[in-house]
Amino acid sequence: MQTCVLIIGAGATGTALARDLSLRGTDCILVEKGDVNAGASGANHGLLHSGARYIVSDPAAAAECHAENRILKKTLPQCIEDTGGLFVAVQGDDEKYIADFPGSCKKCGIPVQPLSPDQARDMEPALSEHVIAAFRVDDAAIDPFKLSLDNLCCAQEHGARLLCRHQVTSFEISGGRIVCTHVTDLKTNKQFRIEAQVVVNAAGAWADIIALRAGAQIRMHYSKGSLMVTQNRISQMVINRLRMPTDGDILVPGGTVSILGTTSERVASPDFIHPEIHEIDTILDQGSAMIPKLAQTRYIRAYCGVRPLPAGSEITNPARDPDDRAVSRGYELIDHQDQPEQVTNFVTITGGKLTTCRLMAEKTADLVCGKLGIKAVCRTRTEPVPDAAEAKWTSPGLAPAAWVQESRCKDPLLCECEMVPESVVKKIADSFAANHQQAGLKAISLRSRIGKGPCQGTFCSMRIMAYLYDQGYMDDRNGTDDLRAFLRERWRGQQPLAWNNGLTRAELMEAMHCGLFCLEL
Amino acid sequence: MDNQKADIHCDLMIIGTGMAGMAAALFAAGQDLDIVQAGRTGQLGFASGLIDVLGVYPVARGRIVKDPWPAIADLGRHEPAHPYAKMAIREIQTAIETVLGFFGQAGYPYVYKKNQNMIMPTAAGTVKPTYAAAHTMAHGQAAMAQQEACLLVDFKGLKGFGSRMIAANLARTWPGLRPVTIGFPEAGTELHPEPMARALETARMREKLAENIAPHLGDTASVALPAILGISRTQKVTEELSGLLGVPVFEISTMVPGLAGIRIKEIFQQHLPEMGIKAFFQHSVRRAYRQTGGGWAFEVGDHSHLRLVSARAAVVCSGRFLGGGLHADRSGIMETIFTLPVAQPPDRDSWHHRDLLHAGGHLVNRAGLAVDTSFRPVDDKGRPVWPDLFAAGTILAGQDWMREKSGSGLSIATAYAAVRAARRFLDKT
Ligand SMILES: Cc1cc2nc3c(=O)[nH]c(=O)nc-3n(C[C@H](O)[C@H](O)[C@H](O)COP(=O)(O)OP(=O)(O)OC[C@H]3O[C@@H](n4cnc5c(N)ncnc54)[C@H](O)[C@@H]3O)c2cc1C
Ligand SMILES: Cc1cc2nc3c(=O)[nH]c(=O)nc-3n(C[C@H](O)[C@H](O)[C@H](O)COP(=O)(O)OP(=O)(O)OC[C@H]3O[C@@H](n4cnc5c(N)ncnc54)[C@H](O)[C@@H]3O)c2cc1C
Repeated sequence: MQTCVLIIGAGATGTALARDLSLRGTDCILVEKGDVNAGASGANHGLLHSGARYIVSDPAAAAECHAENRILKKTLPQCIEDTGGLFVAVQGDDEKYIADFPGSCKKCGIPVQPLSPDQARDMEPALSEHVIAAFRVDDAAIDPFKLSLDNLCCAQEHGARLLCRHQVTSFEISGGRIVCTHVTDLKTNKQFRIEAQVVVNAAGAWADIIALRAGAQIRMHYSKGSLMVTQNRISQMVINRLRMPTDGDILVPGGTVSILGTTSERVASPDFIHPEIHEIDTILDQGSAMIPKLAQTRYIRAYCGVRPLPAGSEITNPARDPDDRAVSRGYELIDHQDQPEQVTNFVTITGGKLTTCRLMAEKTADLVCGKLGIKAVCRTRTEPVPDAAEAKWTSPGLAPAAWVQESRCKDPLLCECEMVPESVVKKIADSFAANHQQAGLKAISLRSRIGKGPCQGTFCSMRIMAYLYDQGYMDDRNGTDDLRAFLRERWRGQQPLAWNNGLTRAELMEAMHCGLFCLEL
Repeated sequence: MDNQKADIHCDLMIIGTGMAGMAAALFAAGQDLDIVQAGRTGQLGFASGLIDVLGVYPVARGRIVKDPWPAIADLGRHEPAHPYAKMAIREIQTAIETVLGFFGQAGYPYVYKKNQNMIMPTAAGTVKPTYAAAHTMAHGQAAMAQQEACLLVDFKGLKGFGSRMIAANLARTWPGLRPVTIGFPEAGTELHPEPMARALETARMREKLAENIAPHLGDTASVALPAILGISRTQKVTEELSGLLGVPVFEISTMVPGLAGIRIKEIFQQHLPEMGIKAFFQHSVRRAYRQTGGGWAFEVGDHSHLRLVSARAAVVCSGRFLGGGLHADRSGIMETIFTLPVAQPPDRDSWHHRDLLHAGGHLVNRAGLAVDTSFRPVDDKGRPVWPDLFAAGTILAGQDWMREKSGSGLSIATAYAAVRAARRFLDKT
């Protein structure tokens, strides 16, 4: 296989880069070992930062976030719910931080509006009685799946190609250049080679591992964060705790749910991570100080991701920062030509935020195009990203609305919790079939809301699997294995929340799939 | 609480209308005892048409049990805390035969071999060991074992039962399975098993269905369907449909809640009151009071209508988390009616394994009420908490019915033991 630019990693950064390069007329292939957003891009808070969170710990990143927030609201409105955000302090929070907050925001050019505690509670009745200070900022909620899928679709329209479940295993380097990249198709275990003029490492927290294969050293901190999804939406706006960033201090609404988080724990590897029970307890205890009803509300799922934090960029003494909160949220763009390894056609882009993915893509594409002698300029700053039909079903509440309007009885619901009808599953499965691929349950759930409601896949998994076979999307004996894999994945997010009705649901899932169907045997 | 104020006096109160509660009522009926029973019958809906006794042992090794009785003896030796270990095997057999006999008399016979588990196909395309299968399902055992040529029918518009999925995933075990999708006579776009089953209780619809199936028969030796072969007249529906097609027709167990649950529920709800049980189906026990001088008083019902029932003794069959007998918050597991001590893992971290399908199962499923050999809940020193309170069913500690494949059998057997112990207590006082 040959291409101009090979991009490793189809997260927010890789997909945004694929779009940027394609718009400049550059041919590229995205190689992703999992699926789109398999890494941090599929496991974050979905907060389009105003920048206010980083004004003290990282003013440069704060200003970047603010600028990108403005741009994305114009170019990607279909992925954004412009909720606005609040920063609130409760009794006992650091008074100095509160007093300095508006000034620091202004210094970074971030708009901020002071509110009285009563005004804040009028806007968000769930807030605690003990709120002592509040400010309004430009935070918004962004759907990370739709973001990446829309960028990807746009890139594909312009000729970019995506290889999912393909892992980059090694590079062949000769004369200071990567002459070819070895890739394994994880489904068939077949190896093949891709020749590219430039290779971009956009592997997020895995960037160090990829770089090492080209003889380059990058030091990364793997900073794990866990989050919890509530069954119902708790607030209209994003709510941040007004203090130095720490655990359990952000609540972000998204469609019909809210997401509460997060934690920050250094882990030894970006793989095999789980949301832990002690993290859940911390998030709950901290979050309910700000919004008391978070202690009683129902949760449907927990998940976690690893932030890619390049370790070169500490801005304080690491001994004083055991949880990496003070490591820069800025991005790191490395031209490996200028590094000791001197590989001329290899570039790494890592770190940063979801919020800044477009900017990271722009800077990377500038560097890549420089290497290729391409003069075309970046178009993503102003040109809107088309609202892709394929990426329509990720946001909570969308499929139901479409179903009620369009088809009611004609289109049976396969997922009853989130009201995902047959036609949506069919569209997704068709888009896979068009690329000669099989859509499993996990892939469908990434692109829709299936399995994301209270039953967490207990019922819809069987219905959708039966449907896929019926329609001929699946025909081998892998269906039960796919069912197992999907339920295991759902379980990861259920297990730490298994108390109260969470435990009842977990019991129902196991009773059905082990008690009756013996999937564990 | 003063005994006089009660609206109803009885000897034995049975709390719960799941499989354990229903079996307990059946065992206690006809013994000159005044019996009151309360619970919500929703839980019975989970019956799958398969009665498990012990299908897998040891659990961690996932070994399928051929003959449940020696395996139960083995389990009794290695797991003394297991409810089965507190009974004689002959009692377990009696209990199960009694309940199966009752279903048979009620017109919904189960098929089983005394000393052998059956291996059944499921709607997930897996196989499941069980002890007894509803007559509507039983033929699946032989058909699969003999790799019979079998036509597997699903219906346009019936979700969650895919003949292609089942056939593809069972292909190795059962190559003779041939999937086909047909329309259900006079159906709309979306089908549900219950109306389909009711429709098949009429001769006209059976004939129409047979007409729809017939063109696909070929050289098939049997026809498999989702669970839709009638509700209260399953024998007639199965026989006549088999007659029309000229080959045996049988059901494959589907996602629950399903038809088998509705059948069993209707049978219990009809027969238990006829046998003299004063039953409050769809009512819960809201509070339990200890009476001075022994015995219990229970508030039964909802806000609008509360009854006070006094009882000399009680059997609690209130199930686990799904049934409502146990409740968990972040700090631990509680029993919901009497706040009885619950045997449980030390902290929440050890409740569940990270892998849903981990071979050993999850520790939290072994939490529950520890009991003595009279099936009285005990405290952490092993002493009975109350002399007149007994427990049965899945609320009991020391078992993992989901992994052992012992659900209904365990509920039935322990109900038998608990009722017998309660009877002894009542005889003495
Ligand atoms: C808990 C948490 C909360 C967050 N909240 C926010 C937020 O609210 N707002 C915000 O702006 N940012 C947030 N972030 C940060 C943001 O999610 C990340 O910075 C961003 O998603 C990184 O995107 P990426 O594409 O660079 O990396 P990733 O999304 O991690 O993508 C890297 C990809 O590379 C693939 N890959 C790795 N190795 C290989 C290989 N050998 N071959 C092929 N592919 C490979 C991986 O599978 C992965 O898909 C949060 C992060 C975390 C962890
Ligand atoms: C998904 C699923 C699949 C299954 N598959 C099989 C199978 O293949 N084979 C098999 O043998 N078994 C199967 N089972 C059935 C399982 O065996 C039964 O659930 C179990 O045996 C019944 O146990 P139980 O009666 O102890 O509890 P439950 O069925 O949970 O019943 C508890 C009862 O207590 C009542 N209750 C609770 N609190 C109160 C209160 N305060 N006042 C009054 N009543 C109260 C509830 O209303 C309910 O009636 C399955 C169950 C499920 C859920």
